[in-house]
Amino acid sequence: MALFKRLTETQRPALAFTLDGQPATGLLGDTLLTAVLTCAEHVRGSDFSAERRAGFCLMGACQDCWVRLGDGRRVRACSTLLEAGQAISRDPGRQP
Amino acid sequence: MKPVVIVGAGPAGIRAARTLLDHGIRPCLIDENLRAGGQIYRRQPENFQRSAKQLYGFEAGKALAVHHTMDELARLIDYRPHTLVWNAEDGRLDLLDNGRAESIEYSRLIVATGATDRILPVTGWTLPGVYSLGAAQIALKYQGCAIGERVAFCGSGPLLYLVAYQYAQAGAKVVAVLDSAPFSAQCRALPALLRQPLTLAKGMYYRAWLSAHGIPVHQGATLRQIDGDQRVHGIRWGEQTLECDAVAFAHALRSETQLADLLGCEFAWSSLNRAWLPQRDSAGRSSVEAVYLAGDGAGIMGAEAAQMAGECAALALLEDAGSTVDQRRREALQKQLARIRGFRQGLETAFPFPEHWAAQAPDELMLCRCEEVSVGAVRAVVDEGHWEVNRVKAHCRVGMGRCQGRMCGLAVAEIVAERSGRRIDQVGRLRGQAPIKPLPFGVEVQP
Ligand SMILES: Cc1cc2nc3c(=O)[nH]c(=O)nc-3n(C[C@H](O)[C@H](O)[C@H](O)COP(=O)(O)OP(=O)(O)OC[C@H]3O[C@@H](n4cnc5c(N)ncnc54)[C@H](O)[C@@H]3O)c2cc1C
Ligand code: FES
Repeated sequence: MALFKRLTETQRPALAFTLDGQPATGLLGDTLLTAVLTCAEHVRGSDFSAERRAGFCLMGACQDCWVRLGDGRRVRACSTLLEAGQAISRDPGRQP
Repeated sequence: MKPVVIVGAGPAGIRAARTLLDHGIRPCLIDENLRAGGQIYRRQPENFQRSAKQLYGFEAGKALAVHHTMDELARLIDYRPHTLVWNAEDGRLDLLDNGRAESIEYSRLIVATGATDRILPVTGWTLPGVYSLGAAQIALKYQGCAIGERVAFCGSGPLLYLVAYQYAQAGAKVVAVLDSAPFSAQCRALPALLRQPLTLAKGMYYRAWLSAHGIPVHQGATLRQIDGDQRVHGIRWGEQTLECDAVAFAHALRSETQLADLLGCEFAWSSLNRAWLPQRDSAGRSSVEAVYLAGDGAGIMGAEAAQMAGECAALALLEDAGSTVDQRRREALQKQLARIRGFRQGLETAFPFPEHWAAQAPDELMLCRCEEVSVGAVRAVVDEGHWEVNRVKAHCRVGMGRCQGRMCGLAVAEIVAERSGRRIDQVGRLRGQAPIKPLPFGVEVQP
């Protein structure tokens, strides 16, 4: 299931990526957050209780949207644009 | 020669850059975002098709003008998008540009860092599907998405009706608007609001439009709880419940003041903003030599005031640097800014801060979403005798997480004040620390 709903701008080229190893698609111009949340319901687990989080501010302030990329980089999903072939993995967070 | 640097390419920073260039100074303009425009005039990615009218509504003309100015400037000045200023001290800024770190020295500096939503946490606010009002707007403006299928808009402030209206216009299902301010407050505010009739008319238009389109608007309705398990299922207020799968909420805006803090600017309490703000004179000079402040980052005044303040600060800078500037122009700008301040007073009356929030917050409510600290944990520290927010932070890690208290800091102060029986301006101010945003590991530092 998805969290975000696309209302418009849907005629953009598709970009393939993987989310936790599973194939997925986003659109050119999507942020990583949009790409993930239009096909899934969260982007990370919280640091102290592995609670599901899906970002909050979308403007680079809350820091609750960090994900890991295949090349080892950790980036803020709300302020990074999706590129074809990216391997996005979601940090499960720490169980208490 | 060291450059004049502007941090923030919103309406304030862009106008400041334009003004400097018109007087023969080629500034360096730094912004963390990929594209310039700031919050209100945020631009969609280049391959998106919507018109300015669709994106900015009544503000389309102004947005286009700002973008046009910026497109021109980008070729003429040292514009650095996608670059975070993560530290600032005495004549030097530390930057992070796409994973690469470097430093830049400045001769003079204009800080125009803007604002983010002001958040008062509510039970369930960390659930997937809950966003700030600003976030809901960004999802739509910048990505063409709604934050859910059935969205409730809650809190207060001008963005509340604006974003609900923008969602409904774009075809999203808006299930309700909960305005925590009572209707009587808005009537009381009318005289001050009438000073800017156009802005007032827009606000009334959004609300009337929502009602005319059958969208329930509840006034004096305070969001009490967001229900859900792995994601949002509904909301509660008073005795009422409503099903929805997304919630956008906030109580107006808060200034982004970390850089001014690191630079050593003096702060003072602003009862209008209910916040500590870096001090500036009417032209925009801070208490620190060669540092100027403009726009929402030094007190929330809105986009038009941000532009005027950007120009004022640039003129003050030019004058201090020995240039001749048009005094009449400066006086006219300062007069207009004073008028907008009067309107701002009216907005605060129309959308009053919910002063009872702290007393009503339950102990279990998670206050700090980074460190996962509850209201009860903060109260326990206060009960041990601590009442200064930085001390409280040291004891229970509240506000110490990755967001540096941007989301919870103001709410923490409210809880500490209420529990310790002090006024909100008597519990101190959370201090900023470098890096003001987390840096990824393995950053390359350029010599
Ligand atoms: C999400 C949001 C939506 C808004 N929407 C509206 C609206 O629709 N209508 C309206 O009238 N008002 C709106 N506002 C109010 C708005 O803040 C002002 O009207 C106006 O944008 C203020 O202009 P500014 O130049 O002061 O700051 P901003 O426009 O906020 O610009 C500040 C810029 O500084 C940059 N910046 C900040 N810190 C750093 C740093 N450390 N390093 C690098 N860059 C940095 C930011 O990336 C940003 O681009 C909104 C505010 C927010 C937060
Ligand atoms: S959603 Fe807040 S920083 Fe990305």
